[in-house]
Amino acid sequence: MAELTLVEAINSCFHHELQRDDSVMVMGEDVGRAGGVFRATAGLRDRFGPDRCVDTPLAEAGILGTAVGLCMAGWRPVCELQYDAFSYPALDQLITHVGRYRWRTRGGMEFPITIRMPYGGGVRAPELHDDSPETYYVHTPGVKVAIPSTPSDAKGLLAAAIRDPDPVVVFEPKLHYRTMRGEVPEGDHVVPLGKARVARMGSDLTLVAYGSMVPLVERAADALGGDASVEVLDVRTLKPLDEQALLASAAKTGRVVIVQEAPRTCGYAAELAAILAEKAILDLRGPVLRVTGYDVPYPYWQIEDAYMPSVERVVDAARKLLQY
Amino acid sequence: MAIAREAEPVGSLKEVREAGLDREDLLDVYRNMLVTRGVEERGHILYRQGKIPGSFYTGRGNEAAAVGVATAMGTDDVGTPLHRDMGVHITRGVEPWRIFAQYMGRADGPTKGKDGNVHMADSNLGLLAMVSHLPAMLPVAVGCALAFRIREESRVAVAWFGEGASARGDTHEGMNFAGVRQLPVVFICDNNQWAYSTPTHLQYATEHVADRAQSYGFEGVVVDGTDVLAVYREAKRAIEKARAGGGPTLVECLTLRMEGHAVHDDAFYVPKDMFEEWAKNDPIERFRTWLRDNADMSDEEEDEITAGVKRLLTESMRRADESPMPDPATLLDGVYATPEDLDTPHHK
Ligand SMILES: Cc1ncc(C[n+]2csc(CCOP(=O)(O)OP(=O)(O)O)c2C)c(N)n1
Ligand SMILES: [Mg+2]
Repeated sequence: MAELTLVEAINSCFHHELQRDDSVMVMGEDVGRAGGVFRATAGLRDRFGPDRCVDTPLAEAGILGTAVGLCMAGWRPVCELQYDAFSYPALDQLITHVGRYRWRTRGGMEFPITIRMPYGGGVRAPELHDDSPETYYVHTPGVKVAIPSTPSDAKGLLAAAIRDPDPVVVFEPKLHYRTMRGEVPEGDHVVPLGKARVARMGSDLTLVAYGSMVPLVERAADALGGDASVEVLDVRTLKPLDEQALLASAAKTGRVVIVQEAPRTCGYAAELAAILAEKAILDLRGPVLRVTGYDVPYPYWQIEDAYMPSVERVVDAARKLLQY
Repeated sequence: MAIAREAEPVGSLKEVREAGLDREDLLDVYRNMLVTRGVEERGHILYRQGKIPGSFYTGRGNEAAAVGVATAMGTDDVGTPLHRDMGVHITRGVEPWRIFAQYMGRADGPTKGKDGNVHMADSNLGLLAMVSHLPAMLPVAVGCALAFRIREESRVAVAWFGEGASARGDTHEGMNFAGVRQLPVVFICDNNQWAYSTPTHLQYATEHVADRAQSYGFEGVVVDGTDVLAVYREAKRAIEKARAGGGPTLVECLTLRMEGHAVHDDAFYVPKDMFEEWAKNDPIERFRTWLRDNADMSDEEEDEITAGVKRLLTESMRRADESPMPDPATLLDGVYATPEDLDTPHHK
């Protein structure tokens, strides 16, 4: 096992997957010569050539639309969108083509596209470089969504996405691209889609999170350590969701706090809360609580800390629930 | 083969006078270019001091293009300058201390600390703040032009975009609509030959971006973006043509981005000799030489301008540093209208 940063893990996944399957190709703005803004695709153009690592014009709808055509002709394209919010110009293609073409052809055509993008805040970036847009994607039929929180999962989930027969959107927590290191298996490493991870076992309360919020809730779990035994559930795949893991944890602890960085209304936490209300109501010893961003555009750095869910906000919610 | 007209350089003071600039105006243009570069150089210092987090973008090499176009705009015209167009903010009269405050995310920046960087504009000066998404401002400017046309106002909208962003659909949609209605809008392409690491030949297949104008039913012009007077003349022509009902023009200003995409980028992918070649055409040095040769700018005049700019910038840095941080309690403000908003006019 090698000790890698999160973005190095993604890069190592690419090198392995492009080597393993010569129908896999990478495309996006600045992915070739420059190796991507965050260096996720570094070395691919030199190693696999400019046809397997394609620098595209600055045009996201074009990138995704082209990927649909590449799939029809037998390729497995992996599209990089430079930042979370730059996926918006491509939403049209995502919703109208990527998500529904298999269905429209009644399974006659396959769309093994992977769309990946750095997401989330905390990096002191300007507006529209800090968004958490997972809900738009989860809400789109025909699209799967994964969000790793560790270097190992960043490699394993991306590999699963690339090998999956359906379109998968992978959000990568850019805050942890270089600040998080961890053991990453060399060579073949696949983390199956649809499997959550119990990041920490506990019996009094479950903190549910994904992506960049996982390390934060782990710190909150540490802070609560003396008072309660806290379980941390890392969702990993938002769609398909590992419902069993969620319900099992809720059944065990009876108390659930869900943490999401995205704005509150109709965020993914609301979906999880609805599932718990439908299927775990008799296991719950208190209301399901959410700690989320606010219903505002993500603000600039001087006040971004006021936006972001913090350890304190998570601990407060947990205490409230423990005392319910 | 080029379709767009390739603009000639401007020669004499006489020609410049004909285009509408007197000697005092010319010295103002020079001053604005110096302030533009000075603001960005000092921004770099603030970045290195850790007062600007994230990254930092400049328009080094684009000073003539930005100042030249802005000088040609009328007071009531509107514009949508981008991240290479500091010179537009300066020329329209945004005070440098407010720009430094913006850079540092302070409450006195044009976005009151809600956004940073060059994602700003003072709408009282006819400027509309860009968003990150390029070239999302093109259709927006076309909308302003449509409003001017419907209200029969003698105003023009000026819309900026980069040659990289010219690959996106918004470019096509904005220009097509503008051409169909022959609206009073001027499109300015900041062609600095790179879109991050992507060179022009991976972005578009025509010789010039301006070659496309013909297919939208209006004129395209390519101008040397390091020649402030030529930029001014072409922008002025285009703007006055639009004002007179002659429809849109696409003016492409050819420059080189003289730094990385932003401070975090060392531009290793740009050939060294390209930088060396374009360094010979530094827009400010070029205009300084022109002023000395053609408009008798004296040593004293030059020293006075330089010293004045330096004083202005030093004072501006100090003032910006005194500007307070935005109050986190304002986090939720401004997303929806409040009762007070009902009494505020929201357009000009
Ligand atoms: C829709 C969109 N996609 C991606 C980006 C990320 N991005 C920021 S600047 C840039 C390059 C822009 O190139 P160009 O239009 O030539 O402008 P320049 O920066 O060279 O002035 C890119 C890709 C963006 N801002 N907007
Ligand atoms: Mg460019």
